[in-house]
Amino acid sequence: MRKTASYFIILENNQLNYNNFLLVFQSSVPLEWIAPGQFVNLQVPYSATTFLRRPFSVFDVDYSKNTLSVLIKVIGEGTRALASRKPGEHVSALFPLGKGFTLPEKEEKILLVGGGVGIAPMMLMARESLKLGAEVSILLGARTKEDHILIEAFQQLGGSLYLTTDDGSLGTKGWISQHPVLQENKIFSRIHCCGPEPMMKTVARIAHLRNIDCEVSLENTMACGFGVCLCCVTPTHDGNRCVCTDGPVFNTNELKWQI
Amino acid sequence: MADLNVAIHKLKLKNPVITASGTFGNGLEFDDFMNVNSLGGIVLKGTTLHAREGNDYPRMAETPSGMLNAVGLQNKGIDYFIQHLYPKVSKYNTHVIINVNGSSVEEYIQLSERVNELDRFPAIELNISCPNVKQGGMAFGTSCPMAAQVTREVRRAYHKTLIVKLSPNVTNIAEIARAVEDEGADSVSLVNTFLGMAINPETKRPILSTITGGLSGPAIKPIALRMVWQVAQAVKIPVIGMGGIMCASDALEFILAGATAVQVGTANFIEPSITLKIIEGLNEYLNRKGIETLRELIGDLQM
Repeated sequence: MRKTASYFIILENNQLNYNNFLLVFQSSVPLEWIAPGQFVNLQVPYSATTFLRRPFSVFDVDYSKNTLSVLIKVIGEGTRALASRKPGEHVSALFPLGKGFTLPEKEEKILLVGGGVGIAPMMLMARESLKLGAEVSILLGARTKEDHILIEAFQQLGGSLYLTTDDGSLGTKGWISQHPVLQENKIFSRIHCCGPEPMMKTVARIAHLRNIDCEVSLENTMACGFGVCLCCVTPTHDGNRCVCTDGPVFNTNELKWQI
Repeated sequence: MADLNVAIHKLKLKNPVITASGTFGNGLEFDDFMNVNSLGGIVLKGTTLHAREGNDYPRMAETPSGMLNAVGLQNKGIDYFIQHLYPKVSKYNTHVIINVNGSSVEEYIQLSERVNELDRFPAIELNISCPNVKQGGMAFGTSCPMAAQVTREVRRAYHKTLIVKLSPNVTNIAEIARAVEDEGADSVSLVNTFLGMAINPETKRPILSTITGGLSGPAIKPIALRMVWQVAQAVKIPVIGMGGIMCASDALEFILAGATAVQVGTANFIEPSITLKIIEGLNEYLNRKGIETLRELIGDLQM
């Protein structure tokens, strides 16, 4: 879908736990194909302190209803203001922005790894990959059972689902990077990862050692979201590149990461 | 449509709304969102003689009603620009102005000579006010003798319309404006960003990798407006006003203060087609007030 400036109507605002919200929007323009990993840049209404838009991964799309959903973790004034909006209200949106994940071939074995709010791009990626006939494994990690959100939605997709918590209150105890699915000799052709940067670097290191292709979705602060402010750059072997337009998804081979 | 035409030296603009350098890419990034040809003009991202990687991330901090940036003139240099981007931006049916930067007078001259060859560019904006580079940039724009020297040298090398972009980080901006006017500048554009900083108390560290950066957005508008008003009274050449313009009413303030045209910057990040709304708003204002031409409003501040 070509980049559009439009508005969304809030259909649902579901509070998932103490600081995560799933907002379901109806688009005012017809939604065309949105690639898994692409994002929307939302204006924050009624916030005196928030001047710039806030970028969010597209969590899921329902083309038949012309709706899309976005996972919002409250971390500051902007996300707090957005998470407090009510059904029926309008939100200005720029979308779809950025480049998404590489999509798998039929029967290709891929692993999706999401840590914390980094699960956000994995729902659409899992749905589209399964539709293409890929064999999809999903590994999701959070600090505690309470921090694990939207598990039922991932279960309903039908791929293999693995969970970790730091304290062992749900799934395997420990960090995502310690989970057996990453360590076993199960062969994935690619790992797609989103989460805190130290976690992504650890996953990238494991992938590198096992000779598995690895894509990560980055989250740098940005002013525009469409490649003109040049604020959200990340160092790559091809110089500084914009996370908003050259990413947010990068192959770890492109990045100047010490892994 | 009311008569929105204005002139900056030899440039006839269909309306006074121009996009500010560094906030509009090369225009191409906006093609999905708007018809770029509707603008009075566009100023391209700052270009240098050699490629620049810019500063390290983080380069941006959101601040009350504004933002700090420390991009540091990231660009691929004039050779890459001429080969890859010039053919693409040449398609536009509006004035395309190139923003030129140097770390020495010699670099400004060499770059201006290269730009002379580019038929599609009727003007350059000489940037002597970038606050985010270690050498050159703002150093030229904050001293009268240096601003005069670089303008004089570039005036010799460049034969079309020369706009000099001024820094607000000075005690008396009108003096600098007069100095560059005396050396042959055809117009001045102001203001570039204000030097500022932001600190994260949790980490006790500056937010920007460069510690300081340039402040833009509505936060600076009243100061920018005051400076445009002062400069408009001090010089005879046309003034291009900018600083935090978000709507037609803001643009009208700058025009009434004496600006012949305006540049819209940071607002482009938030609403990519904001400039078209500003043009519509100017038209609506003229119709509502029964004013025939926007030119009547330039400097028409009533005391």
